[in-house]
Amino acid sequence: MSLETIEFTVAGDGRSVSLSRRAHCGVVGSGDLEVLLEPKTADAAVSVRIVTPVKGFDALWKRVVEHFVAETGLSGLSIDINDNNASPAIVALRLRQALAEAQG
Amino acid sequence: MKTEQRWDKLAADTRQRLEAASAYIGAGKRVKAEDTVALLKAVIRSGDRVNIEGNNQKQADFLADCLNKVDPAEIHDLHMVQSCVPLASHLDMFERGIAKKLDFAFGGPQAGRVAKFIREGKIQLGAIHTYLELFGRYFLDLTPRVSLICAYEADREGNLYTGFNTEDTPVIVEATKFRQGIVIAQVNKIVDKLPRVDIPADWVDAVVESPKPFFIEPLFTRDPGLVTDNHILLGMLALKGIYAEYKVKRINHGIGFLTSAIELILPTYGAELGLKGEVCTHMVLNPHPTMIPAIEDGWVDTIHCFGGELGMEDYVKARSDIFFTGPDGSLRSNRAFAQTAGHYALDMFIGGTLQIDEWGNSSTATANRVSGFGGAPNMGCDAKGRRHATESWLKCGQEVPHMADQIGAMPRGKRLVVQGAETFGEGRAPTFVEKLDAWQLAENAGLDLPPVMIYGDDVTHIVTEEGVAYLNRAPDMATRMAAIRAAAGYTEVGLKADPAETRRLRDANIFKTPEDLGIDRNRANRDLLAARSMRDLVDISGGLYNPPARFRNW
Repeated sequence: MSLETIEFTVAGDGRSVSLSRRAHCGVVGSGDLEVLLEPKTADAAVSVRIVTPVKGFDALWKRVVEHFVAETGLSGLSIDINDNNASPAIVALRLRQALAEAQG
Repeated sequence: MKTEQRWDKLAADTRQRLEAASAYIGAGKRVKAEDTVALLKAVIRSGDRVNIEGNNQKQADFLADCLNKVDPAEIHDLHMVQSCVPLASHLDMFERGIAKKLDFAFGGPQAGRVAKFIREGKIQLGAIHTYLELFGRYFLDLTPRVSLICAYEADREGNLYTGFNTEDTPVIVEATKFRQGIVIAQVNKIVDKLPRVDIPADWVDAVVESPKPFFIEPLFTRDPGLVTDNHILLGMLALKGIYAEYKVKRINHGIGFLTSAIELILPTYGAELGLKGEVCTHMVLNPHPTMIPAIEDGWVDTIHCFGGELGMEDYVKARSDIFFTGPDGSLRSNRAFAQTAGHYALDMFIGGTLQIDEWGNSSTATANRVSGFGGAPNMGCDAKGRRHATESWLKCGQEVPHMADQIGAMPRGKRLVVQGAETFGEGRAPTFVEKLDAWQLAENAGLDLPPVMIYGDDVTHIVTEEGVAYLNRAPDMATRMAAIRAAAGYTEVGLKADPAETRRLRDANIFKTPEDLGIDRNRANRDLLAARSMRDLVDISGGLYNPPARFRNW
């Protein structure tokens, strides 16, 4: 299985909600994914790195992650995703679950 | 001048055909398996309307194979009228020219060939029906001349036992036999005494002991191990946003993992919401194994079944307070009656779909597959002949703002019809689309209409991971479309949603997010399932559930 890496950066909306600690959620099982949220101090942007076996959905990944960042007002963190064919619904769910863990 | 008119030509013709077959029909109407092709040649004429019993579960597969062995030069242009065409043999007879015309409901695994054959002119399509619609036509303009049915057992006189999987047999036999037609049954075994008589011998003309048991598909078995967190989230949304909101007692669950998830969180999340005894007390439903935890926990009063489900025989037998069972103890399923209950007596249908368009029409058709309809359309609609009131039906109707445009000040209820789906399905194909593939299929296969499973005006609620759209509360089409966009997530349709408009819909309770409903997404995980594996289901059933081999992983 060849994997594809998608990397992009999302600018925060200035609300500057930052993480106090790292959080991990999910497993790389079939139809699922793991999400790692980690605070970073270098700058306020959100760096995103996705490793996925599915090609051709870069735009969809961007939509899901950008919406998550806009809705939560997060900044200054990195989001690492190891995907195994998760649907956008599962991606959104895991991102929120990871955030709840980081804030909980 | 009055000429002599004969009024019993059908009966005379039937007598003649059975005389031609008499050499093959022995005592107790018994026909040897090796004489079956000769029997069919004797009783079937070119151009006849023929029914081969085949619904989405049991199949008269041996008789279908035998009909394929007749010489198309002798028997051709048959008009097949039957629920389903899921076997290769059902389509082979069109390929060979034995059959010409098809009126049916469901294509199943042969859906691709059905589309291809229609395009190539090998199938002349009558129409794609819903079950009750087709059954209705059996008694009007599509009465079979010869029906090939299947049963578990026959006795020495030709009485039949259809038992656990009675399904379509009564309706087919009634329509055929009482209009002078011919009924031929394949059975797994001929015995001295039947557990019970489901079809009396004098409604049957010939009985063949099939060389092997008829094929049956465990269509409604869902492994709890495959229920995802997102199915659980959708299940929580449905339970809190709809079941609890409308106190829906009388329900049909369609096939799929969303409804399995709902069944598996009734005893956990449902109990927490205080819903025991308030929802799901009366159900029209096959014996879904995932219902076992809720049944054992005392949620359910009654279940009537369309058909059986492999492995559930002993469990059902031991729960006759819940299921309809015969004097012999085994399940009595009946598709026609279950569909009737589903059409008129239910307060809610909830099921999945492949595609929903911007107006809320929903379809499982793809561009090159004539899959037809299962039971969904009869339950997934507001039956106009309904006159009795229940709390949930009245509440759903009271919320419809434009009811007065149609019937003035007269109060009326409305069936809840819920479509639940992730915004993206298999292979990340979007569920919400600007145009249903059904349009392309209609063009490709030359259909009169795009095959729509549930029309938008019948869909009252849509549940996705984004939340619940209460379409019944939308005052006009523009609002309805906005609510659908709000539910459509990151699909092209969903991206057209205007955040300010979605906000207004949320304030008006026409769209609700999980947060609006007070649902904690972090709880959407498998810890909430009352059974997490097939093994759990077996244990909770006290060892009465006996899953088919392919579902046993221990």
